[in-house]
Amino acid sequence: MISLESYLTVAAVLFTIGIFGIFVNRKNIIVILMSIELILLAVNINLVAFSAYLNNVDGQIFAMLVLTVAAAEAAIGLAILVTFFRNRGDINVEAAGQLKG
Amino acid sequence: MVASIAFYVLAAATLLSGLAVVMSRNPVHSVLFLIAAFFSAAGLFVLLSAEFLAMLLVVVYVGAVAVLFLFVVMMLDVDFAQLREGFAKYLPLGGVIAGLLAIEMIVVSAAVVTRGAASGVRDVPAPAADATNAEVIGRVLYTDFAFLFQAAGMVLLVSMIGAIVLTLRHRPGVRRQNVHDQVNRTRAQGVSVIGAPTGVGIPDDLPQAARTPAE
Repeated sequence: MISLESYLTVAAVLFTIGIFGIFVNRKNIIVILMSIELILLAVNINLVAFSAYLNNVDGQIFAMLVLTVAAAEAAIGLAILVTFFRNRGDINVEAAGQLKG
Repeated sequence: MVASIAFYVLAAATLLSGLAVVMSRNPVHSVLFLIAAFFSAAGLFVLLSAEFLAMLLVVVYVGAVAVLFLFVVMMLDVDFAQLREGFAKYLPLGGVIAGLLAIEMIVVSAAVVTRGAASGVRDVPAPAADATNAEVIGRVLYTDFAFLFQAAGMVLLVSMIGAIVLTLRHRPGVRRQNVHDQVNRTRAQGVSVIGAPTGVGIPDDLPQAARTPAE
């Protein structure tokens, strides 16, 4: 049967793909946001896998909270992106330096 | 056996779609592959007998978040080829770091399975026959985790207000309805009684001041 380790490996590789996406798409903030969604999905797979194998439903509750926060984060991130595009006319985040940070 | 085949197919689909999200040239394709990744992950959740969360993933992600992404990608008129500059430059370093991270996390997960809290658990325990997954979640979500449930609602409220405030734009020169002004209008401002002599009527050039009520 499928071991817990298989699920953890899938989640680990998916998490890594998300990190990799942030590395290679440094200018495209839309793909960066999608990579963050992939990372949160990997975390959710971990939580649900442990919840199922340990026969404890708390992990699924926590996965639901992660889902909620991910949805909120996507909405706010895209709203900021739309405002940014309105002000600058492009979405090149590498050239963004108005805050002088 | 069937579950194993399903697991490997779904896992491969999740990982390949995830890779396609970060590698594809066109962001619209990225969003569509993101949807595919979420669908396959929902399948994995079903294999783990977390059906409620699988449905939630499809409804929330495919129904709301992915559509939001698609909407923004298609609405913004951006030169995406220009945003891909430096992709090849960052590819080797990103690949090395990602490979190291993947190896580390796989090693850690192997250690957790052999020595951690889940050591010795070989297979998913059969779910209780008397309650569905949604029922089990509901029983703890509204009792033990009631505060967290409320907090999640607060997070969504704040993000909704935040998104509206960020994107709402008042253009100058657009006439809007002002409910406060409308409600506060009195009779004196709205109605005037003018004495009109018989056979003469109201002169056309009567100034506005003269049209004020007689009383």
